Amino acid sequence: MSLDVHKIRNDFPILSQEVYKKPLVYFDNGATTQKPQIVIDEEIKVYSQENSNIHRGVHYLSEQLTQRYEDARKTVQSFINAEHNHEIVFTSGTTEAINLVAFSFGEQYVAEGDEIIVSTMEHHANIVPWQMLCDRKKAKLKIIPINDKGELLIDEYKKLISDKTKIVAVNHVSNVLGTVNDIKQIIDIAHKYDIPVLIDGAQSIQHEKVDVKEYDCDFFVFSGHKLYGPTGIGVLYGKEKWLNSIPPYKTGGEMIKKVSFEKTTFNELPFKFEAGTPNYTSAIGLAAAINYIDNIGLDNIALYEKELLDYATQKLGSIKGLNIIGTADNKVSVFSFDLENIHHYDAGMIIDKMGIAVRTGHHCAEPLMNRFNVEGTIRASFSFYNTKEEIDKLYDAILTVQQMFA
Amino acid sequence: MTLNERQDEIIEEFSIYDDWMDKYNYLIELSKDLPDLDPKYKVQENLIEGCQSKVWLQANLDGDIIRFSADSDAIITKGIAALLVRVFDKLKPVEILNGDLYFLDKIGLQQNLSPTRSNGLLAMVKQIKLYAMAYNVKMGN
Repeated sequence: MSLDVHKIRNDFPILSQEVYKKPLVYFDNGATTQKPQIVIDEEIKVYSQENSNIHRGVHYLSEQLTQRYEDARKTVQSFINAEHNHEIVFTSGTTEAINLVAFSFGEQYVAEGDEIIVSTMEHHANIVPWQMLCDRKKAKLKIIPINDKGELLIDEYKKLISDKTKIVAVNHVSNVLGTVNDIKQIIDIAHKYDIPVLIDGAQSIQHEKVDVKEYDCDFFVFSGHKLYGPTGIGVLYGKEKWLNSIPPYKTGGEMIKKVSFEKTTFNELPFKFEAGTPNYTSAIGLAAAINYIDNIGLDNIALYEKELLDYATQKLGSIKGLNIIGTADNKVSVFSFDLENIHHYDAGMIIDKMGIAVRTGHHCAEPLMNRFNVEGTIRASFSFYNTKEEIDKLYDAILTVQQMFA
Repeated sequence: MTLNERQDEIIEEFSIYDDWMDKYNYLIELSKDLPDLDPKYKVQENLIEGCQSKVWLQANLDGDIIRFSADSDAIITKGIAALLVRVFDKLKPVEILNGDLYFLDKIGLQQNLSPTRSNGLLAMVKQIKLYAMAYNVKMGN
């Protein structure tokens, strides 16, 4: 089944608007994706008909909504093919999920002189929490280098592993380059030495089918809002054995079993990691988004997005003075570039005025910018609701930019 | 010219452009007219780092007026910096402190001073006011 983009666009109310009196072209999907009406309706339904605090009340509404929240957890579980539903922890997003693991895993397993491996192409959210952990524990951060195409150097990675390595944390897909990393290989290598691996899936979950059992990853994290779901909700998948063996990250209500002033015992998984009232509205909204995506089919989405990426690479890549940043063999529909002798901010300002939303700057990946020796890039990230006609508009906009700043 | 006369002059100049493209092309022209900052002033202490573009602002007291010069790595930012220099250069500190900045709003470029833009321009205006405050104190007012 191929995908009917014009029908799909009708599902997203925001896409039909105009900015600066021009039809909106939304190419900032790497930052956040737009929401289908079905997700918006679901959140409205929770607030207008179902709202009640979950896991606490014995009354009707509370019981009903608790069920809906736990159903949302099962929806996520089956979406990423996790073994158990209690291996799914709801967080506020990818950033919080990584912070949780960096803190809790770090408390339990990382000591002075230990080493943690990340890569050059990480988002700051998968660098800074580990850096803070290293500062706390006097541990060391090791960095997997990349080649000029923007691919991890696996042989170098192998050399970084030592008996001091406690965890490897890498992204599945780079937010700047679009590179799809061979995480199966990265995980297999680490597992030979019994080292656990965290995969930052913030930029992969919306583009291709994720199967945590097949990858055998120890932790997998992602955000709801990049998966056509609500903001403020994210997921930490962790293997049961790890989640059971590490201490809680935040403490408070719901995550406890028994509290006295002498001692507190903690609740079971996943509640041990969900202190306070969870964001149940967004969790239920996320489940609606997952159902929506499942209906279209991630395979169809991947095929169509590949078509968009190939078209953009061929058409935009033909522009003289445009350099593509990130030319990995295996890429998702993220297209980063810079324009010779033109500042990315100037380009972004003009492209914006033409009604096209792109992202400019360092994309929270400064070490990667340094690697490519650029201050920033312009990034167009495509979703399955984008069209080739929209890419043509970006093409025209880039030519205008080049004319203006020549 | 007073601060307001200078601002009104710029508003007058921009009034002939009703298309955003012409406006930005004019900003690009202005950026070319602003002389590049002497490399000796392009130093860390004059750098105002925005997330998106960088601005350098140099100030010194000349008698009872302040002289400003500025530069940016992005052209549109530099064009607006040129306008800000034109408005604030060679004024007495007290004129800057008592003045009201309204021309960017009137010519439709106020969004460039929005905190979310992070291009260094909002910080540049704050820095100009801080210089005015400091020199005002130095002059014993």
